[in-house]
Amino acid sequence: MSAFVAFDHVSLAYDDSGNAIEDIDLDIHEGEFVAFVGPSGCGKSTFMKLCTGLHAPTAGSIKVDGVAVTEPLKISGMAFQNANLLPWRTTLDNVLLPLEIVKPYRHQFRKRRKEFEGWARDLLKTVGLADYEDQYPWQLSGGMQQRASICRALIHQPRLLMLDEPFGALDAFTREELWCVLRDLWEAQRFTVVLVTHDLREAAFLADTVYVMSSRPGRVVERREIDLPRPRALDITYDKPFIDLVHELRAQIGEIRST
Amino acid sequence: MNVKRQTTERLAPWIAVVVLTLIWELTVRLFDVPSFIFPSAWETATALVTYAGPIGMHSWQTLWTTLVGFALGVAVGLGLGFIVGSSRFLYNACYPLLVGFNAIPKVAFVPILVVWFGIGSVPAILTAFLICFFPIVVNVATGLATLEPEMEDVLRVLGAKRMDVLLKIGLPRSLPYFFASLKVAITLAFVGTVVSETVASNQGIGYLMMSAGSQMRMGLVFAGLIVISAMAMVMYELFALLEKRMTAWAHRGQNR
Repeated sequence: MSAFVAFDHVSLAYDDSGNAIEDIDLDIHEGEFVAFVGPSGCGKSTFMKLCTGLHAPTAGSIKVDGVAVTEPLKISGMAFQNANLLPWRTTLDNVLLPLEIVKPYRHQFRKRRKEFEGWARDLLKTVGLADYEDQYPWQLSGGMQQRASICRALIHQPRLLMLDEPFGALDAFTREELWCVLRDLWEAQRFTVVLVTHDLREAAFLADTVYVMSSRPGRVVERREIDLPRPRALDITYDKPFIDLVHELRAQIGEIRST
Repeated sequence: MNVKRQTTERLAPWIAVVVLTLIWELTVRLFDVPSFIFPSAWETATALVTYAGPIGMHSWQTLWTTLVGFALGVAVGLGLGFIVGSSRFLYNACYPLLVGFNAIPKVAFVPILVVWFGIGSVPAILTAFLICFFPIVVNVATGLATLEPEMEDVLRVLGAKRMDVLLKIGLPRSLPYFFASLKVAITLAFVGTVVSETVASNQGIGYLMMSAGSQMRMGLVFAGLIVISAMAMVMYELFALLEKRMTAWAHRGQNR
């Protein structure tokens, strides 16, 4: 199986103060769910920007789907810690936004609007927002905004979903609820996911592979495959194998922070 | 109880007007100020009624010149604001120039405009335009330039062009700034028109006040002042209403 996303000894320095991330060398397969964890300031978000082509590396090269990344990708969707919904658009219109931008949909938008709205409604329904389509984002709770934000990241059926601490600002219960939402979406569509997070339980529960990064300059210090059987139920996060796994990851992060 | 408080709140500005008028009238009577220096409220009101015809004609002149100047200001302000705000380079390059231009007293332009266009409506329109386009440019440019990078990234990862970002996010986001600036700009436009009329016109409220003043008919001068401020207030409220209608999403929470 050839790699879908391939990082070949990639480093990036924003300025002369040294590398933000250093010598990242890894492969992500199509349909794989990867998570990046590490102490704050370890360049996780920088990794996202490199991967989507928002930034160019200072050394090494990145290939996505066999093509070198030189400009922002057009096959990716992205969601951030802040939902970043546009307050002047309804939830439905927010979710439709990518279709107004991404080719080939942007040229068909007017003609196929009804059809696209159908897609958006279906997607919103699967994340439990069926009754909130016509509400404005500021009328929604934080968790609902984040759900809508994930819908927006997925509406154009991207092959690569980038999630930058998407659940970081939510309370614990909402967060676990959204893990399950994301798990179900992924099980159904099997797009490739790159998830950046602080939350080790989140990483272990959702991902196939967890990469642990060191503090600045960010390097990958550990690659760990999570071989828990799928589909995973939320209950497994209270079982011993899962807890042991999270413990080990936690210990590794602790080591990085103390050095 | 609540309804009563609401009515009081709504009546408050009118009460303030009445109180101010009373103080005005009483002060003038108490100190026996001669009417060619400071006319009483009553004399001003009488002048308003007596000269309703000419005042009406001259206010119409002032109103339409102001509105034409204002319309020009909006068109140029929006366009220039969009251009300046759309690129960091242009923003840095043009901003100091604009500030410098704005610092010039616009009265200083009137003689120049008279040389170019003669006496009449054209200098008034252009003065109104010159004085009112600045706040619009600054607000639109600032609204565009302060776009959150995260918002931009949402579109950029989709392969959006700079123009997409500006049209889909920048422009709608700067609309509240734009409408806020309209309220400031319309009052400034009145200032511009009247200033120009006092110096270089034979029509308009500014001219009326100037000629009435030279004949010591202060009642008429004050009547002119009141008409100008009434027109400006009406236009201001109109744009405040428009602002609320167009950008309700930016004013959420205020009416909760």
